[in-house]
Amino acid sequence: MSVLVWIEQSGGSAVASCWEVLGKGRQLADELGSPLVALLMGDDVAAGADAAQKRGADLVLTASSPTLSNYRLSAYADVLTAAIREANATVVLTSATLRGRELSAAVACDLSAGLAPDAVDLRIEAGKLVAVRSVYSGNILADITFKSDIQVASVRPRSFPLPEEGAAAGEIKALDVAMDEAAVPEKVLESKSAGGGEIALTDAERIVSGGRGVAQDPELGFKLVADLARVLGAAVGASRAAVDAGYIPYKHQVGQTGKTVSPNLYIAAGISGAIQHLAGMGSSKLIVAINKDAEAPIFGRAHYGIVGDLFEVLPALTEEFQKRLG
Amino acid sequence: MKIAVLIKQTPDTAELPKISAADASGGQVQATMVINPWDEFAAEEAIDLCDRFDGDSVAISFGPADAADALKHALAMGVNEAVLIENDADSSDSGDDWTTAALLAAAIKAQGEVDIVLTGKQSVDGNSGSVFVGVARKLGHPLLVNVLKITDVADGVITVQRGIDGGEETVSAPLPVVISVAKEINDPRYPSFMGIRKANREQIPTLSPSELGVDMNSAQTAWTNIRKPAERHTEVKIIEGASVPEKAAKLAEALIAEKVI
Repeated sequence: MSVLVWIEQSGGSAVASCWEVLGKGRQLADELGSPLVALLMGDDVAAGADAAQKRGADLVLTASSPTLSNYRLSAYADVLTAAIREANATVVLTSATLRGRELSAAVACDLSAGLAPDAVDLRIEAGKLVAVRSVYSGNILADITFKSDIQVASVRPRSFPLPEEGAAAGEIKALDVAMDEAAVPEKVLESKSAGGGEIALTDAERIVSGGRGVAQDPELGFKLVADLARVLGAAVGASRAAVDAGYIPYKHQVGQTGKTVSPNLYIAAGISGAIQHLAGMGSSKLIVAINKDAEAPIFGRAHYGIVGDLFEVLPALTEEFQKRLG
Repeated sequence: MKIAVLIKQTPDTAELPKISAADASGGQVQATMVINPWDEFAAEEAIDLCDRFDGDSVAISFGPADAADALKHALAMGVNEAVLIENDADSSDSGDDWTTAALLAAAIKAQGEVDIVLTGKQSVDGNSGSVFVGVARKLGHPLLVNVLKITDVADGVITVQRGIDGGEETVSAPLPVVISVAKEINDPRYPSFMGIRKANREQIPTLSPSELGVDMNSAQTAWTNIRKPAERHTEVKIIEGASVPEKAAKLAEALIAEKVI
């Protein structure tokens, strides 16, 4: 028996939310009295394998091949299945990134194993995994229990703290899997990153979001949002109203039909606070509302508020933080 | 070319906040039921691909008898045919995602040769985003998720743009494939009046799990302790001040003291 965690690599380095999952995996493995195993796949896995040891893995399985340099489901699913067999894993975890969700589902289906996608909490009860899922777009919580021996879950980023790095212990073992490029049907012809050091919403510790309040000058409004975000090292978010009005692309949308986020700090500028928006950011640790309308529902969920025009308040905040943070 | 589009009937997103724990437990929600909004993008893409590459489309759903309404929406948009997999009346077990995937895969096979299976990114109720993964695995087809654009279909190979975390990729795969589409791929059309009238007259053929040879009692997971998330009550502290810069300074001080910056 073991707990196996896939450490996803992107652009040659490990995806940070996978360490959160490994940290939780350590706790589950200790409760089960079984080893914690990390799996790394790619064309260069040495640095990731080293980091996985330092973050608590008892055993690191690696699969290194040019065929694995780009993520492709067919190839990655074969390796993960081989790793589950090698480690005799009964709990299999990934981060709920796009790839993590797809890969965990594919392998769970292949093995007729139960799956808890995008879980927000995990625990052990009577030797079995119990996963908490947020369903109905953030409006209902459910505990997922498993009948199958192999129990698979993908874990929503920022559900668990990042584990500290310690001294490396345990062993690293290369998996014996033959990769055949000709057997992988998907071919990646071109790959481009969004660039500009853009912080992903779901990973962000801080988020500054804009809403309908930018309407009088949407371009300037979202520039002011982005300016403050840059000074704070924050990601840029938006309400559905702002996305539907075409002020900013959909990938920035936070809420029931957009991304679910839980940063330490969420600054909502010109967002009224519709229940659908709250469903996507209500678990943020500290919420700040900036709105002209003192009666806006967002103030009912915020910890701090400024009643005022975002076109005046945001530049003042940016200037203030520039002064203080240098 | 033959295209299958997978459709689920879900509560209207505007009514999701009022779904009760009892509704979710019983599976019978007190809400207006509509075509899953993400599936409209898949239906639109199916219609568009049929225009571009001269094909036929079929919409397939698994659900109760009234899920036929979601299929009729797809028909009214312009999808050619529809099939409903209706749970056998004596079976109270609706299985898990892999049961649904097995049903849909079997129903797709029953359509003959299907080149492209299209789906939305997830349902707005179950939120699993896993059923189409299971469909691809059970059919043994390559899967391309979060597709932003179908660039070309030629010589039995499909080329797409897909969104990845932090970027985009151009990927190709041999047909047949399963594709989940992103919101960015198109703007779903509203059904025309004529389309709605025509769809309403359609008798939608049904298939049963037993006809498809799928065991409904195969669920590997169960939902328990279904509940509403705890309401969070916060006491907002409104920052007062004589001027905007003064308010900004006070807020900055407070946030630094809270250690969130």
